[in-house]
Amino acid sequence: MFLEFEKICRSFGGVNALSQVSFGVEAGTIHGLIGPNGSGKTTLVNLISGLTPPDSGRLTLDSRPIHGLPPYRIAALGVARTFQNIRLFSNMTCLENVMAGQHLMARRALFPRLLHLPSARLDELKSREEAFACLSRAGIEDKALMLAGSLSYGERRKLEIARAIALGPRLLLLDEPIAGMRQREIQEMEFLFRSLVESGITIILIEHNMPFVMRLCSRITVLQFGQTITTGTPDEVARHPDVIEAYLGGDGE
Amino acid sequence: MSRLFAVYGSLINFIGINALLALSLYITLSAGQLSLGNAAFAGIGAYSSGILTMRFDLPYPFSVAAGACLAAVTAVLIGAPVLRIRGVFLAMATLAFGEVVRIAAVNLDITGGALGLVGIPNKTTALVIYGVLACAAYFLAVLKGSRTGWSFACIREDETAAMVMGINTTYYKITAFVMGAFIAGIAGALYAHLNFIITPGEFGFSAAVQILIYNVVGGIRSVYGPIFGAFILTALPEALRAIGVTAGPLRSGVNGVILLLVILYLPNGLNSYFGKKNKAQPHWR
Repeated sequence: MFLEFEKICRSFGGVNALSQVSFGVEAGTIHGLIGPNGSGKTTLVNLISGLTPPDSGRLTLDSRPIHGLPPYRIAALGVARTFQNIRLFSNMTCLENVMAGQHLMARRALFPRLLHLPSARLDELKSREEAFACLSRAGIEDKALMLAGSLSYGERRKLEIARAIALGPRLLLLDEPIAGMRQREIQEMEFLFRSLVESGITIILIEHNMPFVMRLCSRITVLQFGQTITTGTPDEVARHPDVIEAYLGGDGE
Repeated sequence: MSRLFAVYGSLINFIGINALLALSLYITLSAGQLSLGNAAFAGIGAYSSGILTMRFDLPYPFSVAAGACLAAVTAVLIGAPVLRIRGVFLAMATLAFGEVVRIAAVNLDITGGALGLVGIPNKTTALVIYGVLACAAYFLAVLKGSRTGWSFACIREDETAAMVMGINTTYYKITAFVMGAFIAGIAGALYAHLNFIITPGEFGFSAAVQILIYNVVGGIRSVYGPIFGAFILTALPEALRAIGVTAGPLRSGVNGVILLLVILYLPNGLNSYFGKKNKAQPHWR
């Protein structure tokens, strides 16, 4: 398993956000993470990206333990993410947002810049080109020089994805990436996610749009009240009695 | 030209020193950290370099460098714990640090106590001040487009997003803090060798706020802003005095109001200060 959760627990005060969460994500797949609101999906993703440490349990990426590592180290291992409540750099342009995302990939050394060496200029041009390519992939290259704060909701989500791609990730965590998007944009995102997987990236997808999740994900983990109900293929999950109960309620309710 | 300097030499020197102090805070603000400790770092630079020149006969360039390094080392020591705090509370913590430095200067024998350090040789010239200012300004302007400069900007905009992008925010926050302390230390050391005497009161709360005001008034979109703010706010009272208007309590009042507004609107306010209202200017230029 590319990413493996073993009995992960995390509580905040008296609230058990995650209890004994265990499942695995296979490399090169889109793995869905679904569950009612408050079931711990975002906490789980925060845990992977290092914003929150687990209280107990193990989390391994490519057999390497990553639980307890600070966020910047986990990012350096090739993990990028988007946020449910979109954290863009509003006062920068779209291109700059993506260039910022290149932190781990670009050198931007100070010394050549101080001396105005040609290598500094070339470095910058290359950086801009690659940033532009990420914007194109997300479908917003025409907004490159606009301030991020002036974008529409759907465009902002695309920008966050473009910025995450700029990191050159092996694992991409998407927290409700298509929330608030129009049908046409959702199709564009479906195409984008599939192409990302084809280029070797593993995706963990948190989404509430069930048809979307069922179409795209090869495996899905269902959470409720911080516990894993089940993990399996979309068909298995859709037929699972506990999952049906979690979403639709039991008989005679 | 030399007559101009004879009359306004002192003012020209002060403008330069204040511009340097303003830049020292600018670098810290560019990483989103509101530090009110730069006057104290200037004080550390001033006192240590003054003492080194007077008591230990260290040559001027070395004592200035040593003063700046001592300020930087202090910043490293207090940086790690202090920079975990955010926003207004960081401002308060650095202000408290400033008070500690001031009180130390008042109570220690080696610093001359409340009467200050007297008899520091006059070694600083306008050429030196503006030479250092030009180097600092150039360095900071170039820094903006470097890896460090980009990291500062990301931390300023959204620290959490910066963290997950692979930026070691603790390291960069401390770097910004220490850079600011170093530049403030140089400014203090240059200042100490300007007028024969330095007193603890010159590096206290009032000076700390004044440095912030230079940045607020001048704007922090570019390196020119703080320099401009320092120029305006140093030259203006002198200009007013020349036509018979004395600043006095009004100035303190205005400073206080500006400080209150900055603190009230701060964590987001500082960011919108960086905002580009109309056209999108490239960040890295």
